[in-house]
Amino acid sequence: MPKDDLKIGVFVCECGTNIAGSVDIDTVVEDAKKLGNVVYSTKNRYMCSEPGQAEIKKAIKEEKLDRVIVAACSPRMHEPTFRECVASVGMNPYLVDMANIREQCSWVHMGNREAATTKAKDIMKAYVARARYLQPQDEKEIPVEKATLVIGGGIAGMQSALDLADAGYQVYLVEKEPSLGGLMSKLAKTYPTMDCAI
Amino acid sequence: MMDVGRHPKIKLLTNSKVESIKGYVGNFDVKVLKRTRYVDETQCTACGDCAEVCPVVVPDEYQQGLSSRKAIYIPFPQAVPSASLIDMESCLGTNPIACGKCAEKCDKKCIDYDAKDETLEFKVGTVIVATGMDVFDPVILQEYGYTKYENVVTSMEFERLLSAGGPSDGHFIRPTDRKRPKTVGFVQCVGSRCEKIGKPYCSNICCMNTIKDTLLLKDHYPDIQAKVFYIDIRAFGKGFEDLFKRSKEAGVQYIRGIPGEIAEDPKSRNLKVMVEDTTSNKIEEHEFDMMVLSVGVTPRLDMPEVQQLLTLSKTPDGFFMEAHPKLKPVDAPSTGIYFAGCAEAPKDVKDSVTQASAAAARAETLLSAGKVKLEAITSTLNTDLCRYCATCSRVCPYGAFTVDPKKKTISYIEALCKGCGTCAAECRFGALTMKHFTDEQLITQIDAHLAEDPQEKVVVFACNWCSYAGADTCGGARLQYPPNQRLIRTMCSGRVDEKFVLHAFKKGAPMVVVSGCHYVDCHYIDANRWTQKRVEKLWDKLEKWEIRPERLLLEWISAAEGQRFQKTMQDIEELRKKVTKDEIEHTIKVLTEEEEKAKAKKKK
Repeated sequence: MPKDDLKIGVFVCECGTNIAGSVDIDTVVEDAKKLGNVVYSTKNRYMCSEPGQAEIKKAIKEEKLDRVIVAACSPRMHEPTFRECVASVGMNPYLVDMANIREQCSWVHMGNREAATTKAKDIMKAYVARARYLQPQDEKEIPVEKATLVIGGGIAGMQSALDLADAGYQVYLVEKEPSLGGLMSKLAKTYPTMDCAI
Repeated sequence: MMDVGRHPKIKLLTNSKVESIKGYVGNFDVKVLKRTRYVDETQCTACGDCAEVCPVVVPDEYQQGLSSRKAIYIPFPQAVPSASLIDMESCLGTNPIACGKCAEKCDKKCIDYDAKDETLEFKVGTVIVATGMDVFDPVILQEYGYTKYENVVTSMEFERLLSAGGPSDGHFIRPTDRKRPKTVGFVQCVGSRCEKIGKPYCSNICCMNTIKDTLLLKDHYPDIQAKVFYIDIRAFGKGFEDLFKRSKEAGVQYIRGIPGEIAEDPKSRNLKVMVEDTTSNKIEEHEFDMMVLSVGVTPRLDMPEVQQLLTLSKTPDGFFMEAHPKLKPVDAPSTGIYFAGCAEAPKDVKDSVTQASAAAARAETLLSAGKVKLEAITSTLNTDLCRYCATCSRVCPYGAFTVDPKKKTISYIEALCKGCGTCAAECRFGALTMKHFTDEQLITQIDAHLAEDPQEKVVVFACNWCSYAGADTCGGARLQYPPNQRLIRTMCSGRVDEKFVLHAFKKGAPMVVVSGCHYVDCHYIDANRWTQKRVEKLWDKLEKWEIRPERLLLEWISAAEGQRFQKTMQDIEELRKKVTKDEIEHTIKVLTEEEEKAKAKKKK
């Protein structure tokens, strides 16, 4: 269960007129304020811009936010941006989430401001609800053994093995047959150079 | 080959087999069985004295069986390592009384009949699969008479007949009378582009190989008449069209049509074919001294062994499946494993070398970093809740689970998990939790969307890589659709638990859509196969409860299919309008009852 005193911040992006053109941004900002746990809600012309990001960082520090919802474009576009943004002020990057109100709302319901605004509010609300259950996640790093196994000693396996070995890495090249060469070694000549295969 | 053999950084293990690969990216434990050659390869000078005295004569694989070798032999003159080996299946015996001639003859005393296989173990961070291909065996195509008529040969045999190191020392002869043929016919697409024998794909190399062969023939013997029977000539690579032109200019005749049958004149042993030339629409008869079947490329017979070692997948044509056909053509779906050459798809030498260097570069990215970030969004296992039913191990595309239902043990390697969430959707005991896409997180989203006017809304579950991206593409193109759908993102459609769908219906949703990648595009190998099975089961359940199954849709929409997303949303809106208030009420009632029944059952 989520903590009762969780502090969520909602940041709604106008994206110039990309979102604001079809969605009533102020209504979304005001509606967010009415939701439980939301202690801060604001809008910005471009949330992804430096000033937009600065606003998020400032609010995290001053309002002591635990979770951040950015209602803007697709997470496929700017999730890395906002993860980095919150991480820079010490928040776990998995505690920010993006509510997609551009690609999946303002851009596909142009000329239907009322319905687009209702939908944007729904999307924002769903993400605020989800934010209560967000947990910090660890991106674990593990060491990589500096060696490669190459299975097959034909032309492809040999080329890979040589490239890696020349770069200084240990290579284990395993070939089933008693000799290297694979199928190519049986060819009389190869195209396009028309020269010997071995 | 020599460079590989003497490179100080390459440990070359020939005559060897990978027995097992355990672990995950950065940390694979490899076990290799090095089969003995019975000849000490560090001492052997490849003088060949041993082979001279060996009394056993067997067909030579390297020469495609067109000549013979001894039981102790060097595979071919340029072989690496340059050392003899004994083919123990043909050798008369390890008992010196039986034979032992080679050991007697060897000056360096490097033959040891009692030598044993060795097992080597080592650790690697990355694996490159370069297991190659097999050549199609045309015996099953009886109409071509391969093996029945000796003068019908495959393109591989033809290579040996043309090679200076071949069974005829480079003199081009036909098998029956050892005379130089004056007319040679080539048949293309033997074992390629043929649905009948389950080889619908183009083998990529055979057109150019035949063009090369005709040029070699014409260079050596300008008087030879060569004709090529083809469906299309695919000379698409750099410099390829030029070679094709040269071949035609050299007098090689290209006839668009594939012979239905090859017949032999028993007297001359010449070969006759009837063919419809589809450019002139005429039936023609041709006679040749020799015919070459331009055989296609097939997946290796022993592919399943490697597939199992590394839990790889295959595409429908039988070659290994890459992580993504456009964006990750060199990577296997599991991190740290890469493909080079024909193991992934038929390729010529240039493309194999290109992919091999790409695979090396991909491997190097990890090796030079020296560390790898693991996926944070993975499943977690609560062993206290596990009942060892092994469902997770069955559905996990990456083999992250090993379950023994009898011994009641489960092992889970989280580093193998890529985060599709199929296991969490399938586990009936709640033992698996998908981080960042937990049940609570997704259900709370459904609740929020359906809090007001649920009858107006369509709940759409969309996978991150395809359908969600398809919705984004649709938006990017400003393709308009009705504003009633509410999208819920999961990483894979495999994550969409039955209970999410039922929950949405119980909350009054008139329509629910589960959408994911097209079958071959699934970013989690084949996790969406389980999505389909689950939805099919749900349709049955809905029907049983007298809820119209048409209210649950399963849609495959790719990242590029913005228009398809738009069309789907428009169609669904029409379906939504037809769902009646009574239907929704009935659904809520039935599902509430079912939930209570289930709860009561659990209490018992």
